[in-house]
Amino acid sequence: MQDRVLSFLVFALRRLATSVPSLLIILVAVFVLLQFAPGDTVDALLAQMGGGDAAVGEQLRHFYGLDAPVTIQLGHYLWRLVHLDLGFSAIYGKPVAEVIGERLPVTLLLMSASLLVALLGGTVLGVLAARRVNKWPDTVISTVGLLFYATPSFWLGLMGVVVFAVKLGWLPSGGFEDLGAGLSGLERAFDIARHMVLPTATLALIFLSIYLRVMRASMLEVSTQDFVRTARAKGAGESRVVVRHVLRNALLPMVTLVGLHASTMLGGSVVIESVFTLPGLGRLAYESVVQRDLNTLLGIVFVSALLVIGVNFFVDLLYARLDPRIRARGR
Amino acid sequence: MILSRRALLASVSAAAAMAALSRSVFAADEQPRHGGVLTVHLAAEQRILNPALRASTGVYIVTSKIVESLVDIGPDGKPAPVLATSWDASPDGKTVTFKLREGVTWHDGKPFTSADVQYNALELWKKHLNYGTQLQLYLEAVDTPDPHTAIFHYSRPIPLPLLLRALADLGYVVPRHVFEGTDVLENPANTAPIGTGPFKFVEYQRGQHIVAERNPNYWRKGFPYLDRIVWRFITDKSAAAAALETGQVQLSAYNQLSLSDLDRLKSDPRFEVSSRGNEANAFNNTVEFNHRRKELADVRVRRAIAHAIDVDFFNENFLYGRGKRAAGPIPSNSPAFYPGGSFPYPFDRKRAEALLDEAGYKRGPDGTRFSLRLVPVQNGEDVPQFGTFIQQSLAEIGIKVEIVQLDIAGALSTIYKDWNFDLATGWHQYRGDPAVSTTVWFRSGSPKGSPWTNQFGWQSDKVDRLIDDAASEIDPAKRKTLYGEWVKEVNDELPLWFATEREFISVTSKQLKNHHNTPRWPSSDWHDLWI
Repeated sequence: MQDRVLSFLVFALRRLATSVPSLLIILVAVFVLLQFAPGDTVDALLAQMGGGDAAVGEQLRHFYGLDAPVTIQLGHYLWRLVHLDLGFSAIYGKPVAEVIGERLPVTLLLMSASLLVALLGGTVLGVLAARRVNKWPDTVISTVGLLFYATPSFWLGLMGVVVFAVKLGWLPSGGFEDLGAGLSGLERAFDIARHMVLPTATLALIFLSIYLRVMRASMLEVSTQDFVRTARAKGAGESRVVVRHVLRNALLPMVTLVGLHASTMLGGSVVIESVFTLPGLGRLAYESVVQRDLNTLLGIVFVSALLVIGVNFFVDLLYARLDPRIRARGR
Repeated sequence: MILSRRALLASVSAAAAMAALSRSVFAADEQPRHGGVLTVHLAAEQRILNPALRASTGVYIVTSKIVESLVDIGPDGKPAPVLATSWDASPDGKTVTFKLREGVTWHDGKPFTSADVQYNALELWKKHLNYGTQLQLYLEAVDTPDPHTAIFHYSRPIPLPLLLRALADLGYVVPRHVFEGTDVLENPANTAPIGTGPFKFVEYQRGQHIVAERNPNYWRKGFPYLDRIVWRFITDKSAAAAALETGQVQLSAYNQLSLSDLDRLKSDPRFEVSSRGNEANAFNNTVEFNHRRKELADVRVRRAIAHAIDVDFFNENFLYGRGKRAAGPIPSNSPAFYPGGSFPYPFDRKRAEALLDEAGYKRGPDGTRFSLRLVPVQNGEDVPQFGTFIQQSLAEIGIKVEIVQLDIAGALSTIYKDWNFDLATGWHQYRGDPAVSTTVWFRSGSPKGSPWTNQFGWQSDKVDRLIDDAASEIDPAKRKTLYGEWVKEVNDELPLWFATEREFISVTSKQLKNHHNTPRWPSSDWHDLWI
């Protein structure tokens, strides 16, 4: 037992050690890239203010520490990062950690809910399609899947708003919760859930269509393997064969995909967050680029990178759980 | 197209007549009601919510309900007392005395006095507030002989009408006891404002909303009517229109919706779509020339460009008829300064070609005379459209235009800091008096890098002199004459061109009453607004 815990720790530490240099490279690259963009955060601020004279501009540049040379600014940033200080957000006038902390729950909720929906829906539909391959259920499922895959997410979202919020009035058109209603506890949770239905559905549909195709292909491939024939020969029932033997093995490529998508969903939700006015990380990142708010942007990159590393670590563990052969070789 | 414009005008006047009618019919049984929550659409988040430090409509639409100015513009277009009850200028125009309202308290319970005004004028407006720094450039001291008198001393005469009109925007007062002795840019009250206004700040959830609630101790007894105001951030324009249609939001001001949605909601009986109550602000689509390009240094080329662009066509087909051709840099809704007349360069492609030939830029073998780089400053959805329209219009007369796509921060630094452009286009905003934010586009001597100032490589002694004289002329009639001369001169020389003239449009739910009843209503205090 102790051995297993120890080997797990070694595994985790090794993963962590390999991700630190890549994190550093990402942060420096983003910093340098943003230096190439014309204009700085004071230009963006002056644009928002509708103008101001040069003295005001100089004052603000000094205030934001933009009058120091670029290398010194980068050095300051990295040094602060070592102390786990993400700095001060220019747009929001408070610590970056706090700003991100406010946004993270919304993004995590949206991301996990839609991944879950996409994964469950994709698996079920994929299995159904594979079981009735080349018959009408398969054709219907595959065609609809292709349709959703080809539709841009912002359009899907806007149409959802037009139909379910504007025309039918069943769901709110946007926002994270009802303001001014003063809800708490379960009522508030229910209210938030109502607000999340449309964005979750929109984001999930696109991933669902990918998963169902992968699931279908993977099911078909696995079901021709020898061990499935063996299982059948043993006299295992059809449902036992599908669930215990085929499905479990067919899930491996899905896990890989989910791991990859968990990271793209962080950035990919900018559109969904804008259409449904959700205060998430995607919109914050977009806003920070437009406003040239370097600290906030680097903070988001840092947190996102941590999240991706975490998710990948989890995916690796899941592999081992699903396929004992990986466990045997991996440790 | 002309027809549609007429139809529009007809429908506008019909709507006005209907509104007048309904007001007289229902006036008897429509008693203002206390209570209710108003939700307002905001397209962009503001970094700070302090109108004594930041002059912009995005700041005013929130903070003018919480923080009050010395004066506002009344329904008749004249300065109306708010925190200042009366004002008086000395004959030499160098001293202005304000009597301040008694019995006003800050939201934290402390009394409002002349010491607050003194601190704001000298420490915030003169040192930090954009446009305020120019307005108060010659302010030397503010005397406070008693708690309700503030005497402003200037080293040069300042016209009282200019000062009052400007103070409606640039005269917001925040509490001295909160700001004094702190780093004003980092003061927590910048995002949690404390004022004397009809509403008290409650909370600001970044990326979501700002909430303010009724101030029970407001000095206008019995006001305000509303219990709460919620400002919701909705960045996507289509999503904002949907929020209006589902009733989640009741008001969207300052053209924050797309022009097509504005046009669509116009025929929806639930909303009023109008520029009423926005008369104090006008804005223009501009064309800036970089005079360092030898072609553009020639006035004939600039005039040819103005002749080549059919502004009426742009207005009808892109702006849904909600603008018009500008007659010069002073808009027609500013009667105190508008000199009248028409723009001297009507759409005339033949004349444009002749001018270019005369200037010596003949068409080459491929039909092109020369190429220019156009940088749009994208602070409105019609800016890129106007950029494309310029590109196509100028192609007709043999000028090839390449559009440089940058976001707003990039465009501003490219134009005003690097001077790396030939043509630029964007919006100019007129703030009630040419001396506030308009003449800086023409006056020479602005330090390099100041956005929306004359960084165009053009200078005229005569224009500089007219601008300076008008800014310190205290006789209103003489002042108007000076600005008339100035308009004539810059129309003639055309150092830059204000192509259109427009007013901001608000979409208001008809549930709201007493709305848009002053010329800068979205930026006013809303104390008499009710649902």
